[in-house]
This record gives sequence, structure tokens and C-alpha cells, in this order.
Amino acid sequence: MRHATSRERGRLANMAALCESFTLCGLGPSGGVGLDGGLLALEPGPDRDHVLLTDRGRTATLFKVSDQKPLGCWSAKHGQIITCPVVCNFETREYIAVHDDKVLRIWKNTDVNLDKVFKATLSADVYRIHSLPKGGPVVLFKGGGVRTLDVLLEAPQQEIENIISDEVIKWSEAFMEHQQPVLIFATEKNGDSFVYVQKLKMNYLHKYKLERQELSKALSFTAYIKNQIITLLCLSSNDSVYKFLIPLQQNTEEEEQILPRSLLLNLSVSGSVLKGTSFVVLDKDHIAVLGSLATAGEESKECLTIWNTKFQTLQTSKELPLGTSGQIWCYEKKFFFTHGKVLTVVMYKCETSSLAAAVGKLKDSQAPDVSSFVDWNTLGDEELVISFQSQQSVALKPESRMTLRSKKNTVAKVQPDTLSVGQLLLNLKDASTTVFENELRQVMSKGQMPDFQATIGCVVTALINRCKANPKYYPRNFLLQIVQNQDLSYSLCPDLMVVALEKKDLHLLQICLQRFPDIPEEITYACLKAFLSISDAYLQRIDLNLESVICYLDIEFNDKEVKTEIVENGFSTELEQDIWETKITKKLHGTSDGESCPVGPQKAALLNAVLRSAYSETFLLPHLKNLPAQQAVLFLRYLYYLYVKCSEKINTTLPGTCPPTVNQIMDWLCLLLDAQFSVMVMLPEAKELLSKLHKFVRAQVRFYSELNKIEGSLQELQRLNHQKDPHTYSVEVLELI
Amino acid sequence: MGEFEVHRVRFFGLVPAGVRCLAWQPRGDRLGLARTDGTVEVYNFAANYFQEKVIPGHEARSVEALCWAGERLFGAGLSGEITEYDLAGLCVACSVDGCGGPIWSMAVNSSGTQLAIGCDDGSVKLFQVVPGGIQFEQNLDRRKGRVLCLSWHPLETHIAAGSIDSFRVLDVCSGQTVQRIMVNYHVKKVKQECIVWGIAFLSSGTVVTSDSFGRVQFWDWEQGTLLDSHTVSNSAILSLAVSEKEDSIIVGTSAGATYQFQLLPVKLSSQEKRWIRTKPFHYHTHDVRAVAHSSTALISGGLDAQLVIRPLMEKMQDKGYEAALRKFTFPHRRLVSCAREARLLLFQFSQHLELWRLGSTNGTGKDGDVLPLSSMPEHLVQLKSKGPEHIYCSCISPCGSWVAYATASRFHLYRVHYEDDSVRIEKIPKVSKLLLPAYQLQFSSDSSSLFIASARGCVHVVLLLEPGGCRHLHTLQPPSGSPEAVYLLALSADGRWLAAVSGDWAIHIYKLKRLKHHCTVPMYSCAVTAVAIHPVTNNLVIAYSDQQLFEFSIPEKQYTDWSRMVQKSGLHKVWLERDSPITHITFNPKNPSHILLHDTYMFCIIDKSLPLPDNSALLMNQCILKQLPESARQQQLHAFKICKKFQPLLFADLLDEKCLVMVERPIMDIKTQLPLPTQQKKFGT
Repeated sequence: MRHATSRERGRLANMAALCESFTLCGLGPSGGVGLDGGLLALEPGPDRDHVLLTDRGRTATLFKVSDQKPLGCWSAKHGQIITCPVVCNFETREYIAVHDDKVLRIWKNTDVNLDKVFKATLSADVYRIHSLPKGGPVVLFKGGGVRTLDVLLEAPQQEIENIISDEVIKWSEAFMEHQQPVLIFATEKNGDSFVYVQKLKMNYLHKYKLERQELSKALSFTAYIKNQIITLLCLSSNDSVYKFLIPLQQNTEEEEQILPRSLLLNLSVSGSVLKGTSFVVLDKDHIAVLGSLATAGEESKECLTIWNTKFQTLQTSKELPLGTSGQIWCYEKKFFFTHGKVLTVVMYKCETSSLAAAVGKLKDSQAPDVSSFVDWNTLGDEELVISFQSQQSVALKPESRMTLRSKKNTVAKVQPDTLSVGQLLLNLKDASTTVFENELRQVMSKGQMPDFQATIGCVVTALINRCKANPKYYPRNFLLQIVQNQDLSYSLCPDLMVVALEKKDLHLLQICLQRFPDIPEEITYACLKAFLSISDAYLQRIDLNLESVICYLDIEFNDKEVKTEIVENGFSTELEQDIWETKITKKLHGTSDGESCPVGPQKAALLNAVLRSAYSETFLLPHLKNLPAQQAVLFLRYLYYLYVKCSEKINTTLPGTCPPTVNQIMDWLCLLLDAQFSVMVMLPEAKELLSKLHKFVRAQVRFYSELNKIEGSLQELQRLNHQKDPHTYSVEVLELI
Repeated sequence: MGEFEVHRVRFFGLVPAGVRCLAWQPRGDRLGLARTDGTVEVYNFAANYFQEKVIPGHEARSVEALCWAGERLFGAGLSGEITEYDLAGLCVACSVDGCGGPIWSMAVNSSGTQLAIGCDDGSVKLFQVVPGGIQFEQNLDRRKGRVLCLSWHPLETHIAAGSIDSFRVLDVCSGQTVQRIMVNYHVKKVKQECIVWGIAFLSSGTVVTSDSFGRVQFWDWEQGTLLDSHTVSNSAILSLAVSEKEDSIIVGTSAGATYQFQLLPVKLSSQEKRWIRTKPFHYHTHDVRAVAHSSTALISGGLDAQLVIRPLMEKMQDKGYEAALRKFTFPHRRLVSCAREARLLLFQFSQHLELWRLGSTNGTGKDGDVLPLSSMPEHLVQLKSKGPEHIYCSCISPCGSWVAYATASRFHLYRVHYEDDSVRIEKIPKVSKLLLPAYQLQFSSDSSSLFIASARGCVHVVLLLEPGGCRHLHTLQPPSGSPEAVYLLALSADGRWLAAVSGDWAIHIYKLKRLKHHCTVPMYSCAVTAVAIHPVTNNLVIAYSDQQLFEFSIPEKQYTDWSRMVQKSGLHKVWLERDSPITHITFNPKNPSHILLHDTYMFCIIDKSLPLPDNSALLMNQCILKQLPESARQQQLHAFKICKKFQPLLFADLLDEKCLVMVERPIMDIKTQLPLPTQQKKFGT
């Protein structure tokens, strides 16, 4: 993977964009600008489009974002301070908050007065409550102890252990991994940062020390989990974002492992440096950073920026002249931050970055309504984390050897041989195109696995699904390669041909028709129709396999030159050979277009593929009735041409590799005439063709009836021979040695 | 060894009759079999399944059921009579009218003392088996509907009787019907009648029925409830048999299939057992009208005339040859006799004889060539036997001028005159009735006398008188007497010796000059299938059903050195594993060391001058020998020269030094003569 050149960067900027913004609400005196001000937190509400805002005082408000409307507001009594952001228990749809560090409150939407709702006083100070969509709320205490809410409510006064002694929790996050909550929190002591990972149900607690960069300090953290690996991103005070990988399955009992870090992104653009304060991950290639952009000699401006970590580029930025509190949240493709005295919502678009898109192979990348991107935060827990191995492979070069080793480890864990293809494909769902294709190529290169066919089917299906999701994406060569090299069938990848039809990938369709044994008649018909409707001029530009037509087609070639063996020394051998055949040939010569092919070689090759494919009359006939009249006539003309060509040889076969057989041609002729009977009768231009066909067939019938007579005589002779052979009595010679 | 001109004859239109019923006798290891033409046969399983006894049929005496009462065999049929067969005399011993119209079924109780018959009028009657015959004992409750099948409860207290649409259980003591169960109750097509073709009463009180709807059903007779029902086939299940241990059932369908049911634990080592359909077999092309269950094998007989014995692998100690499937279509005896000098063949059918003259050729050729015929074979005469009785035996004299045959009650002798193109047959009048019964006929080589194998070990000697007459000369008898009929005869070419084999497998040799008993061949524990006396050495060659071969020197009254050598070194394994018996032995006078013999599937010339093959050698090596150069052949030669080209082979004989006749009966030819199967399974239907 190469780095984007500066020229490409311009294009890359198109791949993420900030859109309209609006104000959600004004903020009170405690909110507002400045690092001490702002909000306590913004948490997702019980439904989509809802957020819970907790200010640094005693008030929590529920908003419907798109309506910019508060739905509910709850306040603690004077003198009490909400110390832990209000969260929503998604299962019970209750709200949970802690005021004065120790007093837990739980209430419902219908409750008005916080004083009268459920209250429990805990024995230790609460740091945060994390509410997980399927795991219930988890309470993190300031001493590092963790309890689920259920456990806590059974005995509110239970003793909570202190595991972090004099470290201070700076950040925490919770995930679901294999249906169990995993809590990660970062602490700080004397400039060193530590990370604790705790699996609640398994009593698993692990402490790591983060590798430290001299003279820098961790400002902000964010993390996501994927394949049992937590990726922790850290915004450092030296204007860089570092990445740490924390495997969840580590069983080593080592004390205080030091996590190696790798540089994910340097927040500097052509001389100016972004002093970030907080950041969020948008997808596997994009992060958004809120901070102040400082250019030498100029006053720093606060701004919101989106960065591409894959190409190390700044994608877009928005200046925020009124100042922020340095906090940013991101839910449902919207950024939330304080801007001046209001809470501002900015929507963004972010599409999966690919080099193809970068070099402009994908058209209309600016078309706003077709861009598909992943909403990081609304994904299900399993999908919350997107493939990072691809990310790693991209960001490999700047990483240290340490990281390489760690990467090896993790890759070995993430992608063991036993990893099912289905899972791999799921993992790759949101990987970038190049990575995706590379991975698939790797899967296929594994060769003869037991269910290799099914695997290939999955791979193709995955590709097709991607094509469907992203209309700009169509891996033409890759698909062609798969279909050509693997023994696929229609049923293994049912959508392949449909998509190929949409994309007018004629070469692929030709190969599919040649190779798939089980194409439904509907698709066969669709192909036929598509082939007939495409102009020969267009087809000439397309690369197709012309093997089946090259030997008998004579459109471009000079007849006389090609068929030298027929006219020899001025006398036609045909005349000597067969009288009736000569008649026909004469007739053909007589008519102007009798013997030249009505379609170009490309179209002929495509039609031959249709002719040679397997079908059942019963199912094909109803579709064939729908063939437009002009196309039907063209097809009939071609079939007639083939039929005449076949009949030129005594063995009624066409030369070349894989031409349609005379039986296939006859079957299609009958089928077409059956299906389009009334059309053929009505159509004036079909009249001449039909009459020619009729004459030809009549001559053939006469010839074959002669053959029939000979066959009868021969059969009788054979029968007489048999009778001579005595069935019931014979004298034979037997030698015994 | 040499080339032969083989007259390959396929115009013997024998169609064996279908198998109608089977009766297994566990103690004697014998199987009684009745065919649709009334023929009753006994197969001795201990003697390598040899067809030991054949009692020819009778037009009016169909057999619908066979039963063994101890060692005694009873049959009953649509004539309404119960017949006891004399297995020593190979004839009907006595018969008693059942007085209930045609008899459809018969069953014997487990102690073999009582016979129950099911009659057309719906009655079930009990007969006591008494010495010398049977005696009517009791009429059980009569209900409407013919009784098609019967089964005794092993404790002899109850009888289950299957009829149309229902079966009943009768109390033997009171004679009352204690339960009547409708079997068509569950069938939707109400109008269609359901025939209970087979029934079995298990000691647990379960009654098993098989019916025309293709079901095998298990009933609790006391409750009258259906315990279990298996729909086995779309076609009727015509026959059913239970093993003695009551752990396995075989049923036969009209589609030619047979199925095994086994009583198996529901779970491994569970006490609860259920009847499970386990093995399907499809050996027959036609209705399987009869099945039997021996302790080790499933036996089925079909209208395609085949008797099939399927040994159960799990019951066999030896998994090899013993466990192989056996199929018998053709009788284990000769139905063809040959007049060597006149080149005539006499074919014996059940009720007529056909006399054919062989064709001839002037051509010569190499191995495998078909020679051009200079004259075609000629059907000379068809002799129809009058009366309902089937033919027991027939023979033509070597010169072709005498033909004799016998039925149960009549003996016929004909003088045949060949006049240019026509044949005239003259019946010899006043042939003594004393000569009966006749089981085997043999003319002397000079056609001057006829030997008639008869009952009680007797052989009658009849002098043939020109121009047309006969005189009973003498009756040869074994010195100690014998109850058994003589079934094989062998005469020496010089007319000095006669060997007679009786049903007790004893071989007596008579000196014909003095009409005296000469000696007895040492007893061997197996049935004799063929005997012949060598024309030069007067050695008697004996083939036994276990495929052993013996050579007995008549003048010296002892086995020959060659025979001892054969016994010492043993015959080839493949030879011993053949499953059809040698039915004819003959010799080549020009090559005294040669013995010609055949069974159904091979023709063999044994060259006594050559070494015997050991088990490592290839027994059937003719193909290989033919490919070897002359020099290399010598090391490969062994005594057995086997030709399997002619199959199934009913008869083979030497016409002259270089000329053989082989009578084949291709199975396909028989199949085309059979009626179409009732149910034909077609692919995709």
C-alpha cells in the first residue's frame, strides 16, 4: 500500500465531509466555553435520535435531536450535584444517576421529582456508570472497583475494593464481548498512564502500562473492540494519536505488562499543528478531533477536524470561532459539542476510503445520497469494532518493530486457520475494497479446503453484496478471474449474474453461461435479451471469448479467400457432392443476405453461450414470449444462419471449439417459433425469413426422408442377418487345454 | 487335450414350476417345497442343499400347504384332501378328505401331533396324526370366509386363522372363536377387501399378520388391539414366517421383494424390544409365495421358480462360503437323455417328452468358431403322457430305437422306427405293472435290456425283445433290504456291472451276468448326485453333494489309488465351493484317463494323468492357458479342465470322441415364458 500523493489528497478530501449544523440547546451558566465548563456528559437516550445531557450542575435533560426539542428534564435538589452522568438502562428504560458521589438514583420517564425516586446510598464514590445495550449498566467506582448494577442493588452497602491506590481514573469505557461486559479504564499517576481491563463475569482484571513518549501526556482516550482485541487510541499532548492493542484473551499473569504503542496519526498539516483536546473514532479509517489549530505566527483557531488515518490526511475541518469546552461526542453520524453558549450538532458523512476512490475510479463519489458509511456508535457490539488488521496492514510502515511483533501476535489470534470463512467475511464487511479483495484472494489461494466450492460461493456472494451495497463498486477482473478459475455454479452465487447483467459485464455473463450448469431460465432469458439489445458497435469494444464463432463466422472476412477448398480451379466441388445441397447454396447465393451472419462476431459468441446453456423448455417458453419482436426476428435470423451453416457439412457440426450443436440450434428454433408465433405471423420483416426457413427445412425433410428409406432397407438387411444366426442351436468349437 | 465340436442346444423349453409353499423341518435340517404343479421336493441342507427327494406332481393335486409333523411330511391343497407323502417311496402314502372344500392352509402344532386345516367354507378342522395316517378329531367354530392362513400358539391352546378382512383366534379346547379382529378397519378405501395372507402366533400372545395392503401388523389378540403396523410395500405381502426363537420374521411380497423384521432392543442393552424392519432383499422377479425361516437363513420361494437361501451373517460361524447366497432354479437331476449313436436327445417335461435329432456340420474351425450347419436339428416326436400324473423318469436307448417313461401308476415302453424322413412310434403292449414304481431308467449299451430303479432298493431287469416286446427277467435287491427308493443307476459299457444308489445313499453293485449282488460301496455321509462306470476300467466314479469325487474299483471292491490320492491331497477350494451338484458323469472311451462331468454352471474334464491343482493354483485356468505359448503351458496344466461357457447347463454328454452335446436353458428364456409379475417397479414411478 502506498501513501497517497499530494495530488490524491485533494480527492481524498471528498471522502469525508461535515454537513449542516444546528443548535440543540442553549447552555446554562455552568455550561459553556472553557475547559472547566461544558457538560458533564452526553449519553445516548432510550431510543434512536435521543440523547441524555447531563450538565455539571444538578440537571439532566432528554432531547430528541432531530426535533431539537427537550422531552424531559430532571433536577436534583439544591445542594446536590450530579457527579456521574445520567445513563439509560436500555433494558428497563430507566434512568440512572449518581449525585454527591455515593447516592444512586433510578427513575423512569414518568417520574418528575428526583427526590421521590428510588435511592440507594453506596459505600464508595462512583466514577461512571456505563450502560450497555445488552449487558445492563455497569458501575465503575473511583477506586477501580466494578459492579454490575444488579449486584450492587442487592447490597448497596457492600464493600468496594480499591485496586488503583493513588492513581486517578481519567477515562473509562465498556463493551460487550461474547455476551459479557468488558470494562476498560485508564488511570494516571505521575505522568504515567495505565490501563485496566476488567471482565466482570470472569473476574478477569489486567493492568497494563502504556508506553510513554517523553515529554508528552495522554489527553484523551477512545477505544473499540474487535475480535477479542481492544484497540485503544490515545490522543497525546505531542499532537499525535497513538494506538495500543490489548488482547482480551491474554492469560499470562505478568504484572503490569507494558503496552507498545504505535503511531496512528500525526495531527499536523503543512506546518500547522492541531492541538487536540478530545477525539472520536468514526470508522476504521477516520477519526474526528476537536482542538485548536495552531499555525506558526498566527493565532490558534479552535476547529473540528476529520482525519483519514489510512492516508494520514486531514479530510475536512470546521472552524469554531466561539470556542468549545474541548469535549466532543458522536452519536448516529452526528457530532455534539459546545460552541459558545450552545450545544451544537454537526452531521457528517464519511465513506470507506479506498485507493480506487482516491484515484477516481469510483465515479460520483460526491453524490451525497449514495455514499455509504458505517455509523460507528450505532453498530451492534460485535460489529462495533471494524476490522483493524486491514488498518494495520495499511499503517504498517510507520510502526516500530515492536508493533510488528505485536501485530503478528494479534493477527495470529484473529485469523487462525480455523477462522471460518463466514466469520472472515463478516469481519471484512467493512474493510476497504483493496483490503477486502486481497483478503478474498488469500482465502481462495488456500486451495483445496474440504468445502472449497462453498467457500468460493461465499466469497463471490460477499463481493456481490458489496457491489449491491455500493453501486460504484464492481470488481470486474476479480469476478472474472474467480468464475474462470473455479468451478462455480449459479446456485452458489445466485446474485452474481443479476449484478453482472446490471453492470453489463458481458464477458462475465458469457463465461457464466458457459460454465454454470444450473442457470434459471429467467436469467438465461435476461441474458439473451440483453445480448440481443446491445449494439454491435458497443460490443466491438468489449473483450469476449470468440472461440465458438471464429471458425465459421464470415462477416469481416472475404468469403472467397477463406473458403478456398470449396472453389477449386474454377469448379465447385459442392456441385459434385450433393444436388440438393447445391440447390440450397444456390438459393442462398441468390438472396442478398442469406449467408452473411446477421450479427457481429461478439454478439454471435454471446448468443452461442446462450444456445449452449442448459434449460428446460417449460420454464423458458413463458419468458421467451416476452422477447421484443425485433429482437426475436434478429435471433431467428441468427438461428437460421447457424442452421444453414450446420447443414453445409455432412456431419452437421460447426467447426471450432464449443460451437452450438445442430440439436441445440433446432431446439431453440422451435422454441422461438413457438413462443413468438403470433408475432412472426404479423411481422412483415419476418415473412421473408420464415419463407426462406421453410424452404430450407422442407429440403432437409426431403433429404432425411430419403435417409429414412435407406435406413429401413439397411435395418431389414440387418434383421435378416440376425435371423441367420441360430439362437437355439449351434455347433461350436471348444478347445480345452 | 484337444478340440471338441460342441452341439450347443437351447431348444429344451423347460419352464420350472413356481414355488408355492415351503416347510422347514428344523430337526432334520430339511426343507419341504411344493411347486405350483404339485411337485413336492425335499432339500437336505446338511447335504449341501441337495434336492434329495422329488415326488412328481399331479394335475388334480395342487399343494397349498406343507407341514412337517416330526419326520412326516403332509400336504393339503385345493382338492380338499390332506396327503401324507412317502419320502422313502417317493409317492403319496395316503390321503384323507378334509370335508370342507378346498383347503387353503394347514398348520401343525409344535409337538407335531395335530394338524389344523383351513377350508374354503370357513371352517378350521383338527386332525390327529396317528401312525399310518391321520384321523379327524374336531371341527372348530366355522365363520364365513375362506381361511387363508393358520398358526398355532406354541402352547397349542389357541389357533389364529387369517381370512378376508379379518382374522380370528380360536380356542382349541372349546372350539370357539374367542376373538375376531377386523384388519381393514384402518384402511380408508373401505370397499377394497383386505386379504390376510400370512399369520403367525407368537408365544407372547402377539399375532402377526401380513395382508394384501402390504402391511405387517402386530396385534394383542386378547385386547384386540393393534400394537404395531409396518407398511412394507405397495404390493401384497403373500407370505410370512417366524424364526423358532421368535426374534426374526421374514415376509415375501408380490413384487418379488422379501423383508426381514427383527425384534431389537429400543436402546442398547434395554429390556424393551420392538419389531424393526431391518433388511430388504430383492432376489425374485415374481411373487414370493412362500417363505421359511431356518435358524441361520431366510428362505424364500417365488413364482419365478427360484428357491433362494439367504444365510444370515450374524448367525453364521464361518463368514466365508457357508454364508454365501444360494439360488436354485433347476432340478438336481437329469431331465435329458441322449442316444449317442443315433444322435438323439430326449427331453422330459412334466407331462410330455420331446425327441429331437441333432443337426450336423461338415465344417471345422478353431476355438470359439461357430461352424456352418449342414443339417438343422429336427423335432421328431412329442409324446404326451395321458392322465393327470406327471412323469417320474424317462430314457432313450443308445441306438435310439427304444423310449421308456414312467408315471406314478403307469410304465410305458415304445419302439421307435425311423423310416427315411418320418418316425413311427410303436407302443409295447402289456408291460407288467409289477415294474412300478420306476424312479430311474437305464438301457444297456447294446439296447438289449432295460433297468428300472424301483422302490425298496430294487432294480428290475427287463429284456427287450425284437421286433417289439419285453420280458421281466429279474429283480435285483440289496441283500439286507432297504426301505428307500433307488434314484440313480449306472451301467457298465460291457454290461457286466450295475450300480444302484438308493435314498439312504447306499451304493449297491450288482454282477449282471449272475444277477447277483456284488458289493456295497463304503458309506459316505453325503448324498450321491451322480454315478458312472468307466467303460474300460470298470471303475465307478461317484460325485457327492458336498462336491467330493470318489473312484471305486468294482472288480477290486475298493477305492482306486487315484481316489485315495484325491482324498489325501484334497480337492481345490473353489471346486468344493461350487453350489450346484454334479448331475452327470461320462467318459471318453478313447481317453481312459478322462472323466467328463458337469453341474449347472460348468463343464469339466478331469484328466487323471495330470497333477491335481493345489489351493494356490487357479482352478479355472483355461483362459490363461490359451494365452500362454505351448512351451509354457506344460507347467500350468492340472487335472481340472473347466469350461464355463455354457450356462445354465442342464445336460452334457459325449457323442463321440470329438463331439459333445450341451443342453443349455438360458434364464432369460424362462423369464419370457413366465407370466408378467403382478407388480413391476418402474423407475421414477
